[in-house]
Amino acid sequence: MKSAVSVLIVEPSDIICRGLRAILEDAGNYNVLAPMHEATMLAERLPAISPDILILNPTLLSSTPKQQLASLSQMRPSMAILALVYQYVESNVISLFSHIVDIRQSSSELLTTLVDVVAETRNEPEKNDTIENYELSDRETDVLVLVAKGLSSKEIADRLSISIHTVNSHRKNITHKTGIKSVAGLAVYAMIHNLME
Amino acid sequence: MFTQRMKLADVIAANHNIILVLPRFGIPLGFGEKSVKEVCGMAGVPVEFMLMICNLYTFDDYIPDVETFASVDMSRLVPYLTASHHYYTHERLPHIGKHIKHIATGMEPKYGQILKQFYDDFRKEINNHFLCEERYDFPKLQALQKGDMVRSTKSHSEKSHGLLVDKLNDLTQIVYKYLPGNGLPEETMELVFDILQLSSDIQKHALVEEKILIPYMEWLERRER
Repeated sequence: MKSAVSVLIVEPSDIICRGLRAILEDAGNYNVLAPMHEATMLAERLPAISPDILILNPTLLSSTPKQQLASLSQMRPSMAILALVYQYVESNVISLFSHIVDIRQSSSELLTTLVDVVAETRNEPEKNDTIENYELSDRETDVLVLVAKGLSSKEIADRLSISIHTVNSHRKNITHKTGIKSVAGLAVYAMIHNLME
Repeated sequence: MFTQRMKLADVIAANHNIILVLPRFGIPLGFGEKSVKEVCGMAGVPVEFMLMICNLYTFDDYIPDVETFASVDMSRLVPYLTASHHYYTHERLPHIGKHIKHIATGMEPKYGQILKQFYDDFRKEINNHFLCEERYDFPKLQALQKGDMVRSTKSHSEKSHGLLVDKLNDLTQIVYKYLPGNGLPEETMELVFDILQLSSDIQKHALVEEKILIPYMEWLERRER
C-alpha cells in the first residue's frame, strides 16, 4: 500500500472546502491538509506543507496566472495542480491546467480524476530517478552506422535480417540515448565516435 | 493575452523575446511608456496583427481565431515573414557560422571539418526552405489578398520546420556533448547560447506560419470560391 496522498485545497468558500474534504476523507488514502482561502502566500508556504496535489480555484490566481502557476510548480515540481471550477473562468486560464475538477461532478467522477492524477505523479519521478544505461548496445551501433550511411529503415531491416519494427525501436533508443534526432546529426555522432570505417 | 492598451514595455517585460519582433515591423526602440496601440500607430503597423504575433510568441495555447482574419489588416504578414527570413539568413546564421569557423580552427582538423560540414549543409537547407516560401507561398498569398484567383498548390511551409529545428538542436548536442574540448571554451558556450536562441525563435517563426499563414491562406481560398 502506498502512503497517503496529501491534498491541499485552496478555495474561498468554506462550504466547498468542507464538502470536498469530506468526499476525499471518505474515500480513504487522502490526507487533506488545512484548506487555504486565498492564493497570495501559496508559493511561499508550499515547501513547508508539501502537498502531492493542489486543488486550486483559478479565480484566486493573480492577473498573471501563467507565471503564478509556473512558480508554484517550480517550488514543488512533483505536485499536480488541479483547477476547481464552478464559476466562469477564462478559457486561456483553464487551459493552463492539465486536470479540472468541476463541483457539479459526482463524487465518483472526482475520485477517478484524482486516481489518474496520482498515477501520473507517482510514475514520473520513478522514471526520472533511474539511471539508465546511455551506452549504445552493439545492435544499436550497427543500426546507427547504417542510418548514418543514409539507409532507410526498410533497407536496414533487410540488411540486418530483423523486422522494420525492431529497426524503428532501435532508432528510437538511439535518439533517446544521444539526444540527436536528425540523420545528419547521427552521421556526425558516428563520425566523431569513429564508427564509420 | 496582450491588449492594445498595455504598455509595450510591459509586453516585453512579460516576454523579452518580443524584442526580436519589433525590427520586423520597423518599430524602433526608445518607445518610453507608450502603449502598444500608440507605438503601432506611430510606426504605421496594424495593431491587431502585431498583437497576434506577440500573443503567439508568448502564450503556448494561443490560436488566432479564423473569424478575425476578416477584420484584421493582414497586409504586414508577408513583409513580417520576409523580414524574419532576412534576420535569420543575413544576421544570425552568418554570425553563428563565423563562430563555428573560428572554433573549428582550434580543433583537431578532422572534428573541425565535420562540424563545419554539418553547419554548411544545414545553412543550405534552411536557405533553400526560405527561398521556396518566398518564391511560391508568399506571392500566392499576396495574389489572394488582392482577390486574384490562384491555382491551388500545396504550401511549402508546413513540413520542414520541425526538421530544421531538430537539426539546430542536434548541433547544440554535438557541440557540447560530443566534440572534444577545444581551446575556446567561452566562445563555444556563446555559440551554444546563440544556437539555442535561434532555435527557439525559429520555432516561433514556424508557429506564425502554422497558426497564421496557413489558416489565413486557406481562409482566403475559401473566400474566393
